[in-house]
Amino acid sequence: MDLLSFARGPALKVAITIFCLGAAWRVVAFALLRIRRDLNKPRASVFKYMTGGLVAVASRSWPHREFIGRTGAGEALGYSYHIGLFALVLLFAPHIAFLGSLVGVTWPGLPSSLITIISVVTLTLFLAVLFRRVTNRVMRMLSNFDDYFSWFITMLVIVTGLAATAHFGAPYQTLLGIHILSFDVLLVWFPFGKLMHAFYIFPSRAINGALLARKGATS
Amino acid sequence: MSPNNRELTVGEMLRNAGVSRRGFIKYCTAMASVMALPPWMGAAMAEQLRNAPRPSVIYLSFQECTGCFESLTRSFAPTIESLIFNVISLDYDDTLMAAAGDAAQTALTTAMKDNAGKYVLVIDGSVPTGAGGAYCTAGGRSAVDTLRDAAKGAAAIVCVGTCSAFGGIPFADPNPTEAWPVTAIVGDKPIINVSGCPPIPEAITGTLLQFVTTGKVPDLDEHRRPKVFFGNTIHDRCYRRPFYDEGKFAKSFDDEGARNGWCLYELGCKGPTTYNACATLKWNGGTSFPIESGHGCIGCAEPGFWDKGSFYAAQSSAEWGKAGDSSPRKVLELGGASAAVGAALGAVSAGVGRLRQHRSEHSAVDAERKGA
Repeated sequence: MDLLSFARGPALKVAITIFCLGAAWRVVAFALLRIRRDLNKPRASVFKYMTGGLVAVASRSWPHREFIGRTGAGEALGYSYHIGLFALVLLFAPHIAFLGSLVGVTWPGLPSSLITIISVVTLTLFLAVLFRRVTNRVMRMLSNFDDYFSWFITMLVIVTGLAATAHFGAPYQTLLGIHILSFDVLLVWFPFGKLMHAFYIFPSRAINGALLARKGATS
Repeated sequence: MSPNNRELTVGEMLRNAGVSRRGFIKYCTAMASVMALPPWMGAAMAEQLRNAPRPSVIYLSFQECTGCFESLTRSFAPTIESLIFNVISLDYDDTLMAAAGDAAQTALTTAMKDNAGKYVLVIDGSVPTGAGGAYCTAGGRSAVDTLRDAAKGAAAIVCVGTCSAFGGIPFADPNPTEAWPVTAIVGDKPIINVSGCPPIPEAITGTLLQFVTTGKVPDLDEHRRPKVFFGNTIHDRCYRRPFYDEGKFAKSFDDEGARNGWCLYELGCKGPTTYNACATLKWNGGTSFPIESGHGCIGCAEPGFWDKGSFYAAQSSAEWGKAGDSSPRKVLELGGASAAVGAALGAVSAGVGRLRQHRSEHSAVDAERKGA
């Protein structure tokens, strides 16, 4: 069995198994977390604090007016590379074929040359994100192995993907094998690291917003 | 193939056959061009060939379908085909030779004896080793014994076709005859693999000619294939490549995309992982090649091509099982089962967490009461 067959065969199966198991474990454990009972009288109706949760999801996805000068650049960077990742993962024809083979549905993609440009831009943004994390003292102190490894493995998938497209340094099938293998590693790491924010980000904002709305605060 | 003819130089042989000097140089220049050699090599090849005795070539066919030989005999111009058979002395070939039975076997042993250490051994087909080699025998000898004997006196071995180069279809799972490629049997001779099922005729003739004229093994890739023919992927040289770059893909073999000549990547084309010259040399005198005829490349020039999953699954698709298995259903089964186990573990861990929290709260209340 060559590297490519291994990466998209047995390794992918193991990775998907660990990903599904780990993600379901953490999501269910999170959902069943005990929230301390608030004995105070609610200051808003049930409807209001439920909608407060939804409002929080929207309002906290945008920089607060008061802090836009301090956080705007960071948020713009974050949004940019997330949009880049979205395009790379979901709009590149070989990726659509890959995902289609897993889920049974395909959709239109973007031209490969445009995807190459997006890859390079996203790669640059990723380096900028790392630079910001390393040079900003507060962020550096807040960062741990999880942050750096999550950055590294995501970056690795993009770099190996670009190398495979450009046939850089090795035959295409070897590079494609390495690319898919790096994606397998990402899948394995996903549920156990900060990449899991993809599952948590909106529910946690909604819960926080709802709890605050119950106390009469606006998000 | 008579011994008298073999002793003539190529130049004498061609003169006798009525081939003009101009025609011969044109042929050599064409071959140099096919092999991407510099223009002056054409004249150098002609000079070398004209004065050299015709090198002996022994062509052995083992576990194969004769498709490779059929390909070889369809070299793109009849005059070139006839030149190939005049440039080399094909001393043994059980498909073409008129001799049969003991006479054929004598021709083989005589050629091996007379040209010991100098002949080019061409192998077509994989070598079965199961049942003591009984799956493929000729003249009462197994293929594996014949190969070992013939390899001893060969200057070089040219494996024609994927079967001899990488085992091919006989080598594919479950390999009932315990077939092997030549490289697994012979380890001490220069081996050149001209893979393909079948190989491009000009790749066979070009490789033979390059070895015969230069006496050297050409530059090879990691699979011992001449880089001149196997240096690029079919995808890189494919005329449909611009459609890949534009993101235009045929979704089925009869849709509008297919009719417009769009890229066949999503229909399973193995061009991106297949190194061969199909897209440049093409077949039948440069008429066409499989992708031009509307079907994706099946990757026949690559090792293990028969065992690499469906010919119709895209290169980037998951390899979930054998062709015909429904991947999405299997992914759903595996993912669903894993998620169910994960959810159960999550519920257990949340329950344990709540229990601990409950106990710690109670012990705090108890401690408070005792303190009070």
